[in-house]
Order: sequence, then C-alpha cells, then structure tokens
Amino acid sequence: MSTDLPIDLRLSEEQRISREGMRRFASQVLAPGARAADEAAAADPEVLAGIAGFGLTLMSLPEALGGAGLPRSPMGNVLACEDLGEGDLSQSLAALAPLGVVNALLDFGDDAQHEAWLPRFASETPVPAAVALAEPRATFEPGDLRTTASRDGDHYVLDGEKCLIPLVEQCQMFLVVAAADDGPAAFMVEADNAGVRRERRDYMGLRSAEPGTLTLQGVRVPVSQRLAHFDLERLVSLSRVGLAALATGCCQAVLEQCVPYALERKAFGEAIARRQSVAFMIADMGIEIEGMRLLTWRAASRAEQGLPFQREAYLAFLQSMEKAMRIATDGVQVFGGAGFVRDYPLEMYYRNLRGLSALHGALMV
Amino acid sequence: MINLELPKSLKNLQQMTHQLAEQGFRPISRKYDRIEHGDTPAELKPLAQMIAAGRPRGGDKGEKADPDAVKNGSNLMGIVSVEEMCWGDTGLMLSLPASGLGNAAIQAVGTPEQKEQYGKLYCAMAITEPGAGSDSAAIGTTARRDGDEWVLNGEKIYCTGGQRCDAVVVWATLDKSLGKAAIKSFIVPRDNPGMQLVRVEDKMGLRISDTAALALSDCRIPLDHVLGSAEIADTEAARKKAFGGVMQTFDNTRPMVAAMALGVARAALEITTELLKKEGVKADFSKSPYNSTAIELELYRLEADLDAARLMTYKAAWMADNGQANSKEASMCKAKAGRMGNDVTLKCVALCGELGYSERFLLEKLARDSKIIDIFEGTQQIQQLIVARHLLGLSSRELK
Repeated sequence: MSTDLPIDLRLSEEQRISREGMRRFASQVLAPGARAADEAAAADPEVLAGIAGFGLTLMSLPEALGGAGLPRSPMGNVLACEDLGEGDLSQSLAALAPLGVVNALLDFGDDAQHEAWLPRFASETPVPAAVALAEPRATFEPGDLRTTASRDGDHYVLDGEKCLIPLVEQCQMFLVVAAADDGPAAFMVEADNAGVRRERRDYMGLRSAEPGTLTLQGVRVPVSQRLAHFDLERLVSLSRVGLAALATGCCQAVLEQCVPYALERKAFGEAIARRQSVAFMIADMGIEIEGMRLLTWRAASRAEQGLPFQREAYLAFLQSMEKAMRIATDGVQVFGGAGFVRDYPLEMYYRNLRGLSALHGALMV
Repeated sequence: MINLELPKSLKNLQQMTHQLAEQGFRPISRKYDRIEHGDTPAELKPLAQMIAAGRPRGGDKGEKADPDAVKNGSNLMGIVSVEEMCWGDTGLMLSLPASGLGNAAIQAVGTPEQKEQYGKLYCAMAITEPGAGSDSAAIGTTARRDGDEWVLNGEKIYCTGGQRCDAVVVWATLDKSLGKAAIKSFIVPRDNPGMQLVRVEDKMGLRISDTAALALSDCRIPLDHVLGSAEIADTEAARKKAFGGVMQTFDNTRPMVAAMALGVARAALEITTELLKKEGVKADFSKSPYNSTAIELELYRLEADLDAARLMTYKAAWMADNGQANSKEASMCKAKAGRMGNDVTLKCVALCGELGYSERFLLEKLARDSKIIDIFEGTQQIQQLIVARHLLGLSSRELK
C-alpha cells in the first residue's frame, strides 16, 4: 500500500462505539456466567446468541449475500477478541469460531463458493461452524498434515482426525484443512456427510467451549467444495493474531482481579499490595500485557493494510502464549490458596490460557 | 486509525541516522572501547555539527497543523534516532558534544534567557550522590542564597558527560528538612572554579562515555541560574507538585533511554543472525515455536521481546507527542526495554559461542554496554515501583 499513515493508537469512532458494547456485554454477561459454564462444561446458548448479536460475521459479508458489505477488518476483529476474551476466553472462542469460517471463506473462496456457503452465516444466528486444522499429535505442525484429501474423479476423499474444535457436536459444517496431492487444501464439509464422526473430549480448560474431535473416514466431498484460493499461511497467521488477542483480554482480566484482591488482602497487618514482591508481579503483568497488546495490534493493522504480517503474527502469538502463562500463574500466586480454589476465576484463567499452546487455526480474524 | 508502522518522514530520519551510525560510529566503536578515557573523540566533532545543523529550530513551522490531527513529533523522532545511533554505539552517542540530559531539563523548564545562553551548549545532569541514588529526594548537596548568588556544596557522582560538558545541571536542596519540595536544579558552567572534577570512572561498558565525579565546594553561581521557581512550596499539595514537576522530565527521557536498549539489542540480534546464517541456522518462522530448534526458538523469543519493547516505546513517545500524560507508559517501556536489552545481548553472546565472547565481534561489547541501560534513568525496580503504584492506585508512601 502506498498510503503514508502516521503512527496512531486512536480507535476510530465505530471501533470505539462497538468496543463499548462488547465491554459492557463482557463485564455484565460473559464474566459473571463464565464459572457456571465451565462447571457445566457447556456454553450458555444465551451467551452465544448475545455474541452473535454483535453481528461480527455479518460485517464483511457482501450486501448481495445479506451482509453489511464492509471491508475485512482484522483490526476490528482483534478488538472484539480482546474485549470478549476479557469476559470469558472459553465461551468467546466457541462463539467466534463461525467468524473464523466466514473469514476463511471470504479470503479463500471464489464467487460460487461465496454464494453457496456465506448466506448461511448472514443472520443473527449464524450456523455453528468451525475451522478444523489441529491434529492430535505432540509435534503437530500445520504444514505437515496427516489428514489427507485424495482425488477421486470429481470428488475428494478425506481421511484423518482433527481436534480441539469448539462446539464440535453442534457444528453443522467444518472447514477441514487436509493434505492434497498438490499441497495443503481446505474443504467445506457438512456435519451430516457420511464418514464424519464427532466426539466431545475433556480438556484441562476451555470446557465451556465444548471442544472435541472430528474423525473423517472416507468422507467424499465434491471438488467444488475445495476452497479455490486457499492460503494455509494466512489462515494460521490470522488465527495466531486472533488467539493472541483473546489471550491479551484474558490476561487483562487476571490483572483486574489481582489489583483489588492485593489491595484488600492483608498479611502481617497490611495489604499485600504494599509489598514489592506482590506489587512487582502486578507491575510485570501490566507491562507484559501492554507488549502483547501492541504486538497483536501491529500484526492486525499490517494485515488490514495489506502488508506482509506472517512474522509479526508469529511474534505476537509466541509472546502472548508465553507471557500469558506467566501472568496466569502469577495471578493464582497473588491469590495464594484462594487462587487455587474454584471460588475465584483465577484457576479457570490459568486452565483456559494453557489452551493457547494447543490451538491452531481456530480463530481467523 | 491504528497504525504502528513508521511514516515516510520518520523512515527517512531513520535511514539518515542509520547511515551516521554505520559510517560514523561502528568503525571506531572498538577503538574507543579500548581507549576509554580522554577528550571527546575527534571523529565525533563533525558528526555533532551535522546533527546540530540538521535539527529543526523554532518548533514546527510551515504547514498549519490541524489541532485534532494525530501528531508524530519530536518525541517519536527522538526515539527513532536514538535507536539508530545506539545500534551504532551507545557510548559514542553519549559522547557527542550535543544534547545531554541537562539540555532536556533546560528545554523543559528553562527561561528564555537560560535557553538562549545554554540551549546550544552541551549540558550534563548531576543528580546521583554517594548516599542518594534512586531516592533522589535524599539529595544532600546544598544550595544557599548569598546576596546575588547561590552557593552550592556537595559531591556528585555518575554524572554522564561531567568531564567534557559545557555546563552541569546540578540537583541540590535549599533545606534538607523540607524534603522533596526544597530540591531545585541549578545550572553550573563547567569552568566554574567551585566545581572540581574528582575522577572519571572506569566502567564495564559504555567506556568512551565519560562518567564523572564532581565536587562542589562553595561553588558560586548567579541567582538566575536556578531552573524553575526558587520558592519552596508551603503546602503539602504544592510540595508534591513541585517535585512532581522535576520528576516529569523523566516522562520524556525514559522512552529515550528505552530506545537505547532497542538499538543495542537490535545490533546484537543482527550480528547473531548473520553469524548463525553462515553456519546454516536460519530462523524463518517456518515451523511452530516448539517444533523449531532450540536456537531458532531463542531467536524468535528475543525478536518478540525486542519488538514488544519497541512498540511500547513508540506508544509512550506517541502519547507525549499528542499531549497525553504518559508517566505509566514511560516507565513501562523503560522497564521492558531495559531488561530486554540486557537479556537479548547476553543471550546473543551465548548463542554464538566463542564468536560471541570474543572481541573480534561486537557482541561481547554490546552485552557489557546493555547492563547500564537497565540501571540509569531509573532502575528496573524503580520502574516497576512506578508502574505498580499506577496500577494499584498507591502513593509513594503507601508502596515503598
């Protein structure tokens, strides 16, 4: 791009307004319900509907297909991830999964594919859908897929196992990434396709996202369901940005919990906040969150401007994944025993944030 | 609209300063690390003139700025130049007979006459004393009024530029029993007979930069050489405000020091990447972090830390350029950049084995230079204190 922009950290008017709404929803609905959803290992349908109500999936859909026709905005999506992640990382991940599919369709599909699939997302209650990239291997690498797509006439036959898919049992369609003869490819697969099996799995955290496994056994999809312009690197990078933003939000929640607790909790006759050992942990949370946020914003803003952003997305994700875990564990530490019991959300943040190391491609912004 | 890429004007400045650092500093970096003490390196004099000539005067003229428009001004310009110069050599940058910390103070609170008289000279700043480091409120150097003059007495140490400067901005107290509010700063010309150079320190790094100990004994200066008001505030609130004003200078200088760490760390990472490339190591982000080799992952981590620190520094400077209070952000970026610079340069030495430790390359020097950046202009721990006080809403009395 040839435009010459100044360094700028101001949100646009629209961003400010939509932020206000998201933040209110995060603090009034998401955060108060997060614990119950975690205990139930189920997303609250009203919460999912509430997030869908912000219309994130509608924004960039072409008007002809029932959307608002606005340009793709990774930066706007990042702000949403950050705000919602502060309320509840787990349910936000579940609620935003369809956005990842829409963005992938918009970026990688051709006109016919847009027309075939996007209208189903053009409503206040978009169909449940998710990107299926991660596979259950310790050394999983997006560029080294074991799920295969073999050409058979005018069909592809998909075989393999995908994991950590939010709301796996509710999803009506999946964007499955598999290795074809000519490289990584993405396919739209309907949940009722023969050979598709779905299964809930229990994880350390992200329980209210209802994650699970998708097994594909000889699943036949027409060639037309292979996305025309698939770019694995873009999918992975934009998802890293989205996950980093969710983590930034969740870490902000850790900090917001720690500040009042440290001011109130007394030991040896005074608030523990007045001891450097505690105060410095809190200072470091604030410092690292600032770095995470700015790295993520930079990557998103580069993506939005059409600049290369793979490196920036990678660095934002790496920094966020590692610093987030430090922040989460320090958050429990500040609370002491109270952080370990399930009365407070600290242990939940800790369990949820560890999930970042296992998620791939789950939230393309 | 959110954008964290440098605009063309700042990129041009970056390129120009980079050239200066590459051609003016790098070739003599090792030489002056070994020479350590002496006068201003002769090679620096033309560079200082070039910089002075290139500096915009009289503020922003020309295009009428839209007051609502976002500004990328002198603070961001400062950050960008300092990073580039310190990529070349931090010690040499600090040895430029140009603007020292004293200049920043005079620029911030000086009278038009003071700016006229001292603005173009090289002014150092003397705060630290043998018994007062981070707690500048404990300063023991005294200033007493005697007719038309101030009389200063005390000992100052770790004064950057204290040997070679033209004048020193000296922090002294008018009445130690009144605490912070009685601390004022005074401009003392370097050739004042009442101010003696005691010694120039031998240091681990930043060797060519002169770090001086100065003794003030009945050092007399004219009354108009006090910076800011000479009144001692008489209410608690006014006292706080007065000292706060002194400390606010740091909101602008801390990001500058953070930028030093950016330059040093980037230099080390570039040299390391170059050396490793020759041995077949290339960190090209092609594999997920934990599927990468240990050495690749380490490089990614260092890059991420460097970039995070840089963006935080940009933000603090951007806020200052746009008239926003940035005390918290200034301390945040100094804390992050200070520890990042030290960590990156030390790891780079380790990653390159003998090549890193050897004086054949600059890595070992960068690792020696980086340490002080996490100490001067407020140590890591002081920055953490300031950030913690902001986040927790505690005063300096409540969180010590």
